[in-house]
Amino acid sequence: MTALLEVEDLKVAYGKIEAVKGISFSVEAGQVVTLIGTNGAGKTTTLRTLSGLLKPLSGKITFDGKPLANVPAHKIVALGLAHSPEGRHIFPRLTIEENLQLGAYLRDDKEGIAKDIQHAYDLFPILGERRKQAAGTLSGGEQQMLAMGRAMMSQPKLLMLDEPSMGLSPIMMQKIMETIVELKSRGTTILLVEQNAQAALSLAAQGHVMEIGKIVLSGTGQDLLHDESVRKAYLGED
Amino acid sequence: MNELPQQLANGLILGAMYGLIAIGYTMVYGIVQLINFAHGEIFMIGGFGAFTITLWMPSSTPLLALIPMMLIFGIICSVLVGVAAERFAYRPLRGAPRLAPLITAIGLSLFLQQAVWFWYPDAKKDITFPQFSGDAIGILGANINRNDLFILIAAPLCMIALGWFVNKTRAGRGMQATAQDPDTAKLMGINTDRIIVMAFAIGAAFAAVAAIGYALHFGQVGFKMGFLMGLKAFTAAVLGGIGNIYGAMLGGIVLGLVEALSTGYIDQIPGLEQFGAQSWANVWAFALLILFLLFRPQGMLGERVADRA
Repeated sequence: MTALLEVEDLKVAYGKIEAVKGISFSVEAGQVVTLIGTNGAGKTTTLRTLSGLLKPLSGKITFDGKPLANVPAHKIVALGLAHSPEGRHIFPRLTIEENLQLGAYLRDDKEGIAKDIQHAYDLFPILGERRKQAAGTLSGGEQQMLAMGRAMMSQPKLLMLDEPSMGLSPIMMQKIMETIVELKSRGTTILLVEQNAQAALSLAAQGHVMEIGKIVLSGTGQDLLHDESVRKAYLGED
Repeated sequence: MNELPQQLANGLILGAMYGLIAIGYTMVYGIVQLINFAHGEIFMIGGFGAFTITLWMPSSTPLLALIPMMLIFGIICSVLVGVAAERFAYRPLRGAPRLAPLITAIGLSLFLQQAVWFWYPDAKKDITFPQFSGDAIGILGANINRNDLFILIAAPLCMIALGWFVNKTRAGRGMQATAQDPDTAKLMGINTDRIIVMAFAIGAAFAAVAAIGYALHFGQVGFKMGFLMGLKAFTAAVLGGIGNIYGAMLGGIVLGLVEALSTGYIDQIPGLEQFGAQSWANVWAFALLILFLLFRPQGMLGERVADRA
C-alpha cells in the first residue's frame, strides 16, 4: 500500500541558507511517526513546508495521492492535513469556543461541528469549563490542549504536532503525552515533532533523527529508544 | 454664541464622517500593519463617483431618488480603486520592509489626486454638489440641516452591519483570526489574501458613504477633499486605538466633538479669545493626536501591545 504522506528529497531554504537539505520519509495511515532532534535541526521547517507556510526549494511531497509542493496553505487543510504549530499560536483575543470553531472553518456541517467541539471538551474538560473565556488567558498547557483540539476540528487525515510539550510543567507534559496516546488509540495518524525524545519515541511506530537539515538515523520507535547514539545524544545518558 | 446641543450635533456630524473613513485605516492596519495613506483619495473618488450620477441622470430627478444610485456607484468606484491598490501596489510589497509600502501609499495618494485633477472634467476647481433644500430640523435642541441626516443615519447603520459581519459571519471570524495571527489563520484553511481584499473593500465602501455625507454637508466635491479628511480620519483611528473598528468610530466622534467644542467655546475662556476660531480647529485636533501619542499610544480602546504576537 502507498503511504498517506510521502516526502522525497525535500529541500527548504531561507534565502541562501538551506535549513532542510534533502530528507525523505513517509507516514502510513494509522501510524505515529516522530521527528526528533535538537534546535535548528529543521524539524519545524519541515512541518511548515508540509502545511504550505513555506515553499520547498525542491523535492516531492505526496499527501493522500496528491502532490502538495505548490498548493497554498489554506487549501492543504482542505485535503486533510492539520498542523498544530510550534508555540501553540492560539488566537488570544477570541474565546476558546471561537478558536475551536475556527479549526472547523472549512466545514459546513453545523451539527458535526458542535459534536466535535463537545469531543474536544470531553478530551480536555478544562476547555469546556472556560469556553467563553479569551484564549489568551489560558496557561501554556491549556493553550496546547486548545491548539491540539483546534487542529482536530478539521477532521484531519494526518495531524502534525510541533513540540506539543515545549515549555510545559512535567505534569502538563504528562497530560499532553497521554492525550497523544489517546488520539493514537483512536486511529489518528500523527506526525510528531518533539525535543522530548524519550516520550516521543516510546509512542511512535517510526522515528527519524534530524541533525542540521538531514535525517541521520531512522528506525522503529523502540529501536531508536535503545540505540546507543540516540541515548547519548538525546536521552542524556553517558 | 451657539448653544451646547448645536455644537454637539455639529461635532457628531463631522465625527461620523471621520469615523466611517477611519474604519478603512484601522481594518487594513489591523490585518496587514499598513497605513494606507491613499485611503483619503479612495474617499475622494467615492465622492466623484456619486457626483457622476448627477451628470448621467436627467436634471429633473429629485435628489432623494439620486441618493441610492449615488451610494451604489460611489461605493463601486471606491471599492474598485481600493481593491486595485491592494492588488497592484501593496500586495507585491508584502513582506518588504515596512517603509516600502508606506512610501508607495503616499505616492499612490498623490497619483490618485492628480489623476482626478487631470482627467475628470472640470475637476481643476471644486465642483458644486447638489443639496437638499428646506428648513433645518430641530432635534433635542439642535438644528440639524437636512443634508446631514444622511450621515447621521448612514453611519450607525454601517456600524451595525460591520459589527454583525465581523462577529456573526464566517468571513468576519476569519478576518479576526487573520488580524491576530495570519500564518495560523492559513492553517485553519482561511484564504488570507481574500480576507485582505475584503478589508480593503469594506474600508473603501465606508469611505464612499462618508464622501456622500461630506458632499451633501459642504455642497461640493474636489480632488483635494481627501487630504485633510484622510489625515483627520487617520487621527481618529489612532485616537480610538488603531486596529479596533469600534475604536475608529469612537475616535472619529471624539475628534469631531473636540473640533466643534473648541470652535464654540475656547474663545470664551479669558485670554484664549483668539484660539477659538474655525481655523484653529485643526490645530486642536492634531494637538489631541500628539497628546495621545505621548500618553496613550494604544488609543482609547487599543489592544494591549503584548498580545500582538
